[in-house]
Amino acid sequence: MSRFGLRFVALGYLTVILVGPLVMVFWRTFEDGFAPAWDALSTPETIHAFKLTFIITAIAVPVNTVFGIVCAIAIVRRQFWGKSLLNAFIDLPLALSPVVVGLSLFLLYGREGWFGSWLSDHGIDVLFALPAMVIATIFVSLPFVAREVVPTLREVGDEQEQAARTLGAGGWQTFWRITLPSIRWAVVYGVILTTARCLGEYGAVAVVSGRIQGETETATLRVQERYESFDPAGAYAISIVLAVAAILVLVGMTLIRPREEHAA
Amino acid sequence: MSIIVRNITKRFGDFVAVDDVSLEVESGALTALLGPSGSGKSTLLRIIAGLETPDAGEVLLSGKDATALAPQKRNVGFVFQHYAAFKHMTVRDNIAFGLRVRRRPRAEIRERVEELLHLVQLQGFGDRYPAQLSGGQRQRMGLARALAPEPEVLLLDEPFGALDARVRAELREWLRRLHDVVHVTTVFVTHDQEEAMEISDTIAVINHGAIEQVGAPRELYDAPATEFVMRFVGDANLVGGALVWSDDLELLDEPLEGGVEAMIVRVTVLGRDVKVELHDVDGAEIVAVIGRRRFDELGFWRGQTVWVRARRERVFASS
Repeated sequence: MSRFGLRFVALGYLTVILVGPLVMVFWRTFEDGFAPAWDALSTPETIHAFKLTFIITAIAVPVNTVFGIVCAIAIVRRQFWGKSLLNAFIDLPLALSPVVVGLSLFLLYGREGWFGSWLSDHGIDVLFALPAMVIATIFVSLPFVAREVVPTLREVGDEQEQAARTLGAGGWQTFWRITLPSIRWAVVYGVILTTARCLGEYGAVAVVSGRIQGETETATLRVQERYESFDPAGAYAISIVLAVAAILVLVGMTLIRPREEHAA
Repeated sequence: MSIIVRNITKRFGDFVAVDDVSLEVESGALTALLGPSGSGKSTLLRIIAGLETPDAGEVLLSGKDATALAPQKRNVGFVFQHYAAFKHMTVRDNIAFGLRVRRRPRAEIRERVEELLHLVQLQGFGDRYPAQLSGGQRQRMGLARALAPEPEVLLLDEPFGALDARVRAELREWLRRLHDVVHVTTVFVTHDQEEAMEISDTIAVINHGAIEQVGAPRELYDAPATEFVMRFVGDANLVGGALVWSDDLELLDEPLEGGVEAMIVRVTVLGRDVKVELHDVDGAEIVAVIGRRRFDELGFWRGQTVWVRARRERVFASS
């Protein structure tokens, strides 16, 4: 009885909070058929917005993957001063509001900021341009790979790495042949979460991008812009693409999960 | 290849794991580091392999100082208690690992791996993953993997510690036979005195991070250097203030000259021997192991008062 009760609460909650709004978005988009949705998606500004989101994600995900793996190995396998500090700071982006991240980038790269004047003297635009958007996205999506890899690395232990060393493998060989294969599913899982976070980022990018249509407007910013310009159909159509991307990510995750358990 | 350890000390925080240990391991021999858990024997082995860095002292491999050498440059084979199998690789790939990182030609690797699969009796298991093997098979794979690059020294850290008694006895014998074929200088760590006695040429008994005695198994038994060695390598008892092996005790149902009076409290038949547990008049426990035939002749029974006498006894300065 209580098990049915729990199930009912869990599923009911999910329906109201998650599934309901999603179904509404789908319904409103295709209310008048596919044609209006397609028209809204094929405007040059919208295509540019998707391209920009894609470019930012394509830069931020590899950067955070490498950083996440390096950090995880440092946290689990090494002893160094400031380790607990690093461990705590990795979680900062989860706790900090993205808007605050955006504002702090202003303080660094703005005209009055620490690096801002030097950079503008050398003709490099950071704010209201791709660099700031990439930095903001990297910041907010930073913890996921490290947070997935750390527990796996702990669980695997370092005996296999020691065995590799005694068999003549150097540091790089041990990493590529032993460490990376044994954490590969955690890395994949972390990359999926990072990708999802990058695609959906709004707050920090909204602050630093300047939201110039056809230039510094990402897909999520475009949704907001369309909605405010009394074009709900356009907003819904872009939302659908983002939602479908998120669903693909979820499906990818459920496909990986059982394999991960099997491997363990 | 010989191994020489000179004045090695290793601390973990305040704990002194290895305390100024010096040891020479004969080339080509099978040497056991025997001691209770926490005695520092594994740490010493790991220092020889380069997996731990000593705080003081030096390690010489083939006469050359290897103290600062990385493990991958020492050409040692290491076998782990919990196998340390590469879980994402097949048995064949596990064994080939040491050869692949040395970039040996493919044909040579294939040939050597087949040879080793045969040597460790895992023919037909080459394409399996470690998870599909039993503990004993996994450890044989670990051994083949360690032997593949033809190491000059083979180091085994409690290699049979995680296996059940029967498999352990089998593998122990098998390791001895393997060593007779391969002749690589071998050091293995164990807390099991029977295991050490059975397969090694030389035993180094370690306690509290220091070596108590080094010698052939029968030397340790015939002339234990310390009370600890005597208690650890065999079942020893204190009878009338002296240490005596359990199987060096005589029992008789009438007063014996120089004997101690005691009561039989428990009798356990161990195959051909019988273990007789007694309490002397002060209530101190004595364990005697006597032949089954002798036991039956004398017709001992539980609760009987008998006289116990040592055939040989030892008194150590420290005790």
